Amino acid sequence: MNTTYKVSKNYHKEIAENNFYYARSCIRQNFFPGSEVTFLKILKDDLNKTIYDDPHHTTCTGIGYHSDVVPFDTIQTVVARQFSLMSAQGLKNFVASCVTSFGMYIEITETWKHYPQQLEKIRTFLKKATGREFELPENIAHTSDIIYNNRMIIAGKMKFPLINHKTGEPLKIVDHIGCHYAKMFPEKGEGGAEFTQVLQGMIKAWGGQTVDYPERRHCCGFGFRQYLVQANRGYSLSNSKKKFESMKPYEPDAILTNCPGCAMFLDRWQYVMNEMEGKRYGKDNGFIPVFTYEEMAGLVLGYDPWDLGLQMHQIDVRPFLDKIGVKYDNDKMYKTKTGKTIGSYTPKQCK
Amino acid sequence: MELHEILKQDLRYREAVNACMNCGMCTSVCPAAEFSDYDPRILMNIIQNEDDEQIEELLKSDYIWLCGQCMSCKTRCPRNNVPGLLINVLRRYSQELGYFTESKRGRQQYNLHKVLNGNILNQGYCIIPESVKPELHPEQGPVWEWIFKNADDFYDRMGANLHKEGAGVLRKIDDQDLQELKNIFKETGADELQEKIEKFSEKKAEDLGYDTDSEEGMQQYFLDVFKGKI
Repeated sequence: MNTTYKVSKNYHKEIAENNFYYARSCIRQNFFPGSEVTFLKILKDDLNKTIYDDPHHTTCTGIGYHSDVVPFDTIQTVVARQFSLMSAQGLKNFVASCVTSFGMYIEITETWKHYPQQLEKIRTFLKKATGREFELPENIAHTSDIIYNNRMIIAGKMKFPLINHKTGEPLKIVDHIGCHYAKMFPEKGEGGAEFTQVLQGMIKAWGGQTVDYPERRHCCGFGFRQYLVQANRGYSLSNSKKKFESMKPYEPDAILTNCPGCAMFLDRWQYVMNEMEGKRYGKDNGFIPVFTYEEMAGLVLGYDPWDLGLQMHQIDVRPFLDKIGVKYDNDKMYKTKTGKTIGSYTPKQCK
Repeated sequence: MELHEILKQDLRYREAVNACMNCGMCTSVCPAAEFSDYDPRILMNIIQNEDDEQIEELLKSDYIWLCGQCMSCKTRCPRNNVPGLLINVLRRYSQELGYFTESKRGRQQYNLHKVLNGNILNQGYCIIPESVKPELHPEQGPVWEWIFKNADDFYDRMGANLHKEGAGVLRKIDDQDLQELKNIFKETGADELQEKIEKFSEKKAEDLGYDTDSEEGMQQYFLDVFKGKI
C-alpha cells in the first residue's frame, strides 16, 4: 500500500489557475529579493499568467502578531485591507509570498467562517479606519502552490534538470516546508502536514531525488521572538542543528525551502555552526546549499544564477551549479547592472 | 471578573481549549519543550484547572514566552487543542495587566514592540534591511555585511525598488497607505497595547534604576533586555 500517496491524495488542495493578486513577503524581500522578481518573471514570461503587483499593499503584520505586539483584531483588519485592494482590482485569487502570511490569511478567513460576527466586526473596523469595503477571496494560495501546480510545464522547458550532468544520477534534495504552510490547517497545504508534496512534487518533476529524512517536519527554529531577540537565538540555532543532524546521513546535494525565513536560517546557521564548532553537515564535511523554490525553478529554466540573487546566500551555491551544469561568470557576481563592482566577500566553500 | 473568565472572552481561547486529556502528544513534538523548560501539556493542565493564582503566576513567568509559535501542537493533538494559540491569549493578557515585565523573557516585549511596530508604522514592513544591523546580527555573516554596506547598489542589482515610488521589492509605502495602517492600529486597539507596553516597561526600567527621563536611559534598557542582561 502506498501510504504517502493515499495521505497526499486526501489533502489535494484547490489552486487557482490564473489572474492572481500578489502579496509580497517582508522576509523574502529583504533576504531573497531575486526570488520575488523571479516568481513574477516565471509567471508572466514562462507560464503566461496574469498577476497584479500592487504598490499599495503593506505587511500583513504577521511577524508582529506572532511576536504578540499586534492584536488579533488589528491583523484581521490589515488582512481585510489587503482583500479590499484585491477586490478593487476585480481579482479573486490571492497569492501570498510568505508562509507566515499564508498561514494568517487562512487562519483569519477560517475564523470568519466560524464566527460570522467577527467578520462583521472587522468590516466595521476597516470601514471606519479607511472607508474601504472588501470581498473574500475565492482562492488563497502560497506562491509555491502556483509553481507546484505548473511544475510539469516548467519541466517541459527545462534546460538544467536536477541531475548530475557528469554521472547522469539524480541529485538528492531534501525539503523543508515551513510550519505555517500546513501544520495549522493541513487541508490547505498540498499533501497535508505529514506528507507535504508542494516541494517534493517540484523536485521529482525536475529530475531530482527526494529524501524523507526523520526530522523533515521539524521547525527551522525561527520562533519569531526566539530569533528576533538576541538573547533567545540559541532556540533558533538548536532547532536548525537538529534538522541538519537528521539530514546529514543522507548526504543531500541541496536543501529546498518553502518559507523565506527558513531559507535564510538554514543558510546562516550552517555558517554559525562552522564558526562556533567547526561542524559541517554536507557530504565530505562540506556545507549544504539552500535554495528557495523560485531560485530552483529559475535554475532549471536556465536563468542566470546571479540574476536570481544566489550571491546573497552565505553558503556558496557554485558546487551545486557545477553539478547540474550551469555556466556562470564569477565576476558578474560582484557587479551592479551597469557593471560597477559592489565590493566582494568570500562565500563559504561547499565541497 | 476572575482571571480565567477574562481569558475565556478571547475567541481564540475557545478554539484552543477543547477538553485536553493531558496525553502529552503536544509536548512530544514541541521544539520549545525539547530545548527549554516549556511543556504545553502542563500549560493546558493549569488552564483547565481554572486556578487563578496559578494562572497569574504563569502570566508573570518566563514560561509563556518560551513557545516558538510553530503550531506543531495543532497538527498532532487528537482533540484539536492548540496550546500555541492559547499562548497568544496568555501573552495578550500578560501585557494588558502589566505582568510581562515581571519576567526576563516577558520584558523582551519592549524590544519587539519597538522594532516591529516601529517598522510597521513608519515603513509598512515588519523588517527592512536597515533594521538588521550586522553588529546586532553576527549570525548573518559576512554576506549580510556586504549587502548591508552596499544596499542601494545591491537591491538595484536584484531588480528591487528599494525605498522608491511604485511597485516592486521593498518599495516605499506611500503616505496614504501608511496612514490607513495607522488608522487601523488606532481603531483596533493596537495603539492601546503599544501604550501599555511602553508604560509598564518604563516603570520596570525605573524600578531597576534606569534613567527613564532620558532617551539614553531607555535605549540602555532596550539593549540590556535584548542581550539578556536583565
